[in-house]
Amino acid sequence: MVAIPGAPDPGHCPSGTRSDESPVTTEVAVRLVDVVKKFGDVAAVDRINLEVRDGEFFSLLGPSGCGKTTTLRMIGGFEEPTSGLIELQGKDVTWLPPYRRNVNTVFQNYALFPHLTIFENVAFGLRRKGGLKDAELRSRVTEMLRLVELPGFEKRKPTQISGGQAQRVALARALINRPAVLLLDEPLGALDLKLRKQMQLELKRIQHEVGVTFIYVTHDQEEAMMMSDRIAVMNSGHYEQLADPETLYERPQTRFVAGFLGVSNLLAGIVLEKGTPYASVRLADEAVVRVPAAAVNGRADVEVGVRPEKIRLFGADAEPPSGLNVLSGTVRDASYLGVSTQYIIETKNGSRVSVYEQNVERTIHGSLHRPGEAVHLGWSPDHTFAVGPSVADASAGE
Amino acid sequence: MTTAALESAVRSPGTPVQRIRRWLGHNALFVYTFAAIVYLMLPIVVMILFSFNRPAGKSNFAWREFSLNAWLNPFAPLGLSDAVIASLRIAFVSTIVATILGTLIGLGLTRYVFRGRAATNLIIFLPMATPEIVLGASLLTLFVSIGMARNELTILIAHIMFNISYVVVTIRARLAGFDRRLEEAAMDLGATEMVTFWKVTFPLIFPGILAAAMLAFSLSIDDFVITNFTAGSTVTLPMYIYGATRIGVPVQVNVIGTIIFGTAVGAVVLSTLLQRRDRAA
Ligand SMILES: Nc1ncnc2c1ncn2[C@@H]1O[C@H](COP(=O)(O)OP(=O)(O)OP(=O)(O)O)[C@@H](O)[C@H]1O
Ligand SMILES: [Mg+2]
Repeated sequence: MVAIPGAPDPGHCPSGTRSDESPVTTEVAVRLVDVVKKFGDVAAVDRINLEVRDGEFFSLLGPSGCGKTTTLRMIGGFEEPTSGLIELQGKDVTWLPPYRRNVNTVFQNYALFPHLTIFENVAFGLRRKGGLKDAELRSRVTEMLRLVELPGFEKRKPTQISGGQAQRVALARALINRPAVLLLDEPLGALDLKLRKQMQLELKRIQHEVGVTFIYVTHDQEEAMMMSDRIAVMNSGHYEQLADPETLYERPQTRFVAGFLGVSNLLAGIVLEKGTPYASVRLADEAVVRVPAAAVNGRADVEVGVRPEKIRLFGADAEPPSGLNVLSGTVRDASYLGVSTQYIIETKNGSRVSVYEQNVERTIHGSLHRPGEAVHLGWSPDHTFAVGPSVADASAGE
Repeated sequence: MTTAALESAVRSPGTPVQRIRRWLGHNALFVYTFAAIVYLMLPIVVMILFSFNRPAGKSNFAWREFSLNAWLNPFAPLGLSDAVIASLRIAFVSTIVATILGTLIGLGLTRYVFRGRAATNLIIFLPMATPEIVLGASLLTLFVSIGMARNELTILIAHIMFNISYVVVTIRARLAGFDRRLEEAAMDLGATEMVTFWKVTFPLIFPGILAAAMLAFSLSIDDFVITNFTAGSTVTLPMYIYGATRIGVPVQVNVIGTIIFGTAVGAVVLSTLLQRRDRAA
């Protein structure tokens, strides 16, 4: 267990008046206020406001070019915002150079110093701070290498270790400085799938052990879901929704989020009645479904969404239990995927809905539904969500 | 040549003519390389060999007998030691000044976009593209017209000028492959711009700086044409040798030449070893 005291970096900023407040415990590790970054005319980051809580594993998730790296680089101090404010533990750091911010970065390609040994790479930050006795420095480096499970690698050069090991060294080199926030830009991007999975768990363990706030950039939704406490789903320069993984998956608020995290069926509809707890929505094929009122959120036109694995199939002659949302349609395609079977169902007005059925269901039904067969689709109103158009623009959706 | 091809050649001998052809096919590169090395090294071997000669008259053109005489008294000929010292002094100073200035210019040109960058690029390249004789003549005109006496200082100015170009070109080649993220990483870890330069940038481009310095040194110590125009009464080693050919080259010139050659080879071997150690250990 490596204890990392909170706020180990007092007094860089002259306006810092926190020294008189006894143990400094800020709720917010990083705050971005109206941050904009333009490269020429292009806004890579377009008015982002967010607060990262102390000690959380926070992810920026989004497709390539949406501004994740630029956001991270502004927090790290490598890029100056065109406008806006960046606060670190309550201090304005917008214009401070990287070496005066209590933040460390794990770069995508690790950026280990090729001319220094692993020991010197890890010790680099401590040496810059100075004031440490040789023995103390040595023991801190050794301890750090043990934390990332690379004991005995001190004398090697970065060219003599594997990608996964380099990744750990980069982590050790950053964490040894006991930063308030650790920034990670797709740190697992260069690793193969197996190592990636292993490192995801490892990163989680280390974050838990040191208790440092992690801001993690990735375009892999599965990775973000399994590691993060909260995720900001980004799309062309801003985020569309910021929530914990479960909420993002169960209650996506925009078309983009619904499509980026997992697979969604979206059906356009008109709100008939804004009741509580459920609003009723008439879909294009005239079926009326119930949607949690909170999801409709006062809109008149919505797209009703449901995840493929939440839908159950019933034969044409069977009666779906009451209380479910029900649609009727025809099986167009059935693909056996081992764990599950994927069906494509065409509804009466021609929209296609995909359904994943766990193959344990097959033994209950006794047989597969075949293409051409008429079926009913049923799902719980609680599994229904509603999305509006993307905040960015219509073309940003899937 | 693949091992498979070699094996099949051995297994199917064929006629003698075919075999010779095949041998040539396999070994042509080796033969060619060997011939090229002999061609390049022959003058140097002759130079070294004749440094151990005891010539009959003043000129050291025909082998007579082995002697260590010239090696034991390398500075016997009048004026040779002055010429060597002047050349070394000019080479050292111009190398140091040109390497420092050239490195800074190289860094500036690769890293910053500023007004006049394209023009600077062109001007830096000019001394390499201009024939030496033109450069020397125009420098002489310049020095005469501003009333500057020609001496070691004017030689130095000229050497620094052309050396800067070569240093800039060498440094820029090294900087082209430089990962700027290493500098960002250093600053991220608390290093100021200055510390970042000395702890990260400089060690990483040092091999390039060293190569540039070696190139500048050898260009300076070897230069005759430009030096001749800007020397006044100063005599450098190349000028001494050129003057000596008219009355007979003393054996000591071969000795000095051999020492310079040996030093150059030593420096190259050393820097190769250093780089290899850097990469391996
Ligand atoms: N230095 C720069 N100059 C000009 N445009 C830039 C620069 N850096 C980034 N951009 C642009 O800003 C946008 C956001 O880039 P950014 O690197 O933040 O994306 P990203 O979300 O990290 O993408 P990826 O997943 O591909 O790394 C892109 O359109 C990119 O082309
Ligand atoms: Mg990126």
